[in-house]
Amino acid sequence: MGRDRENQTLLGAYRALDLTDERGFLCGRLLADLGMDVIKVEKPGGDRARNVGPFYRDVPDPEKSLYWFAFNANKRGISLNLEQADGRELFRTMVSKADVVIESFAPGYLESLGLGYASLSRLNPGIVIVSISPFGQTGPYGDYKASDLVVTALSGYLTLCGDPDRAPVRIGFPQAYLHACADAASGVVTALYQRGLTGEGDHIDAAAQASMAHATMDTLATWTFLGMNVKRVGSKRVRPGSDTITPAIFECKDGYVYFVLYGGLVGARGNQALMDWMDSDGLATDFLRGIDWTKFDLYAPHVDQNYIDRIMGPLGEFFKRHTKKELFQGGIQRHIMVFPLNDTKDLTEDPQLAARQYWAELEHRELGDRITYPGPFVKLSATPVRLGRRAPLIGEHNEEIYVGELSLSREKVLYLKEIGVI
Amino acid sequence: MAKQVFEGLKVAEFAWTGVGPIPGTYLASLGATVVRVESATRPDPLRTMGPYKDRIPGINRSGFYNPANTNKYGLALNMKYPRAREVARRLIEWADVVTEAYTPGTMAKWGLSYEEVRKFKPDVVYYSTCMAGQNGPYAPIPGFGAQLTGMSGFSVITGWQDRTPSVPYGAYTDFINIRLAILALVSALDYRRRTGKGQYLDFSQYEGGVSFLAPLILDYRVNKRVANREGNRDRRYVPHGVYRCLGEDRWCAITVCNDNEWQALCKVLGNPEWSRSEKFATFTGRKKNEEELNRFIEEWTVDRSPQEVMEVMQKAGVPAGVVINSEGMMKDPQLQHRQAFGTVKHSEIGEHVAVDFGSGFRFRNQKPEFRMPSPCVGEHSEYVCTKFLGMSDEEFAALFGEGIFE
Repeated sequence: MGRDRENQTLLGAYRALDLTDERGFLCGRLLADLGMDVIKVEKPGGDRARNVGPFYRDVPDPEKSLYWFAFNANKRGISLNLEQADGRELFRTMVSKADVVIESFAPGYLESLGLGYASLSRLNPGIVIVSISPFGQTGPYGDYKASDLVVTALSGYLTLCGDPDRAPVRIGFPQAYLHACADAASGVVTALYQRGLTGEGDHIDAAAQASMAHATMDTLATWTFLGMNVKRVGSKRVRPGSDTITPAIFECKDGYVYFVLYGGLVGARGNQALMDWMDSDGLATDFLRGIDWTKFDLYAPHVDQNYIDRIMGPLGEFFKRHTKKELFQGGIQRHIMVFPLNDTKDLTEDPQLAARQYWAELEHRELGDRITYPGPFVKLSATPVRLGRRAPLIGEHNEEIYVGELSLSREKVLYLKEIGVI
Repeated sequence: MAKQVFEGLKVAEFAWTGVGPIPGTYLASLGATVVRVESATRPDPLRTMGPYKDRIPGINRSGFYNPANTNKYGLALNMKYPRAREVARRLIEWADVVTEAYTPGTMAKWGLSYEEVRKFKPDVVYYSTCMAGQNGPYAPIPGFGAQLTGMSGFSVITGWQDRTPSVPYGAYTDFINIRLAILALVSALDYRRRTGKGQYLDFSQYEGGVSFLAPLILDYRVNKRVANREGNRDRRYVPHGVYRCLGEDRWCAITVCNDNEWQALCKVLGNPEWSRSEKFATFTGRKKNEEELNRFIEEWTVDRSPQEVMEVMQKAGVPAGVVINSEGMMKDPQLQHRQAFGTVKHSEIGEHVAVDFGSGFRFRNQKPEFRMPSPCVGEHSEYVCTKFLGMSDEEFAALFGEGIFE
């Protein structure tokens, strides 16, 4: 235990205490994937975030949240009540032996318990604390209430998504805090790197609004360079300067594919190959056969919406006749960029992810089952990156950590349990 | 100002497009010396995408490329020439870190794969990022973040139930993968600092993207449920949506996460009669009548500016947020507070707004800086060769005469 494992993995030399709720889970998971010893700290009886679904076999049980499973894998778990003085004292003891604290409480909460950066860094000058919040620890929105939808709205990203004739619409699974978590983890390792040079830790202020704002990237330049706000276009492509609209998402036999009609040299080879393919289905019209794709210019005056529609009509018909797999594989062979819109089922059957051995099976003895998870996010040559354990049960490692590592007596631990500290 | 954390770190950046170069930009903002290798004969696709400054196209005028590649030196090398590849190798000898984002096999073709570099630089930290990873049937397929976003599962869950899926804007998966690359790269640097060992980092943007949908994938694995699109609804909250406000295409997001917030929302609305109806008294009732509920709320928001809606809701403790656009972003007081954007002066296009990729996470003890603008292609070829690689003026002139620096 301990020293041996230190340099077997990228971050195995470090330990983190993870106090987060569902908005901060992923930070610790990412660090744990790279080997950090991440200990999830929950209040006795279990975190409220264990109520976030979906659930294993749809059984609403705090030990069966798939959200918990996904983002707390690779962590150990203890229970600890910070609202009690004994709990805070125990926490301080743990901080003195830890490297990182991850939290996603309302700004100022930990400080109100005497567990803010000022206090903890006096105790352990090398401690790195990362605070994850919707808007940041300070500032005009510091006290604002948030949800993923609200943060995404204020990030500038939401306005860009969806059909122009309806409200903007978000990505159907909350993303903003996941970006903040990945950013938070980047901040943690940067601070650890700096600590290696200076001996001093740091306090990192990670904010979901600012993280998510990056996803707007080139649209910001469209405003600052051209004074224009990019408008959402749904599933279509609009070319500023040509006024034509082309669909980018097409219905196919068993779902949807993504195909962009490019002009000029970029599109020539693929477009011709696509026409030949359509021809073999009897769908290439005389009009289509007459187009010289090497000279096709989307901005030419005669390429108006009517012209585009005469291409898109037969194309749409063609796509409808084939499955996602046929179109993607056929596209690969013919050098046409047609990509499937995969759903979660498709992802589990994807040959590339399988070939890369991306999936990792974890045992869930408590369920009598094995579940296949998305694996770690990178492959490294010198150190292993793996999914080693499932997410912890409530207080699962209390004995291992309190007794085994902190040398509390078993009696003390039982006593602390009874008074609600552990 | 105290020394920046990555001062002295040297990066040879062969990476291009939307993901690969950003970790270099991040390291550079914290002091690293980053040399970007490019060729005008095959420019970074981002250089060929607008918006262009003053609407005049040009590979040094792109609003896509320039804000994202600040603090870097530009070395032009036409890699079809053996001499250019020699210079590239010398650059790698100079560097501590190598980054690349080409189709798998490209660096190997030039004799600059990780295996090759390891021979003369055993502790190199070398990362490759590409669409699907270095091996597997999709490895040779070209694709961009826009295509990958759909393939990774994000598009089918975005949009309205009664319509074709909406594309999440842009190369969405790029922004996931940028962060994962920074995380792993800095971790590898820290590992080397402690152990002296370098390594190869093999990123697949497909894998990175998919990881942000992990619970939905588990839902399919275990419960055979395929996630679908539901507009702006959320299983756990109601009301939860985006409501039309006063003005052209102006909206405000409002979400109620518990009964207290529901009471607070009703109070803000003036406790109208409809809100006191039995059918809205419970979460279950509100969920069942969600469409009607949304219509009632929108009848109230539509007469008010989104700013007013947000402020009055937030004051009452209800999560609400204006749906801001780019103009709104530049003026947003919280983003300003975090100094999310800076300005730089570019050699060709002059002053422009640049992006700080560390604005999502601010340190107490260090701060990213904009020291230099993005480079024009080959802007620093001579400087890099003579000052960093130790070439004499004569040697540089001779190579220049052979035409390799283009």
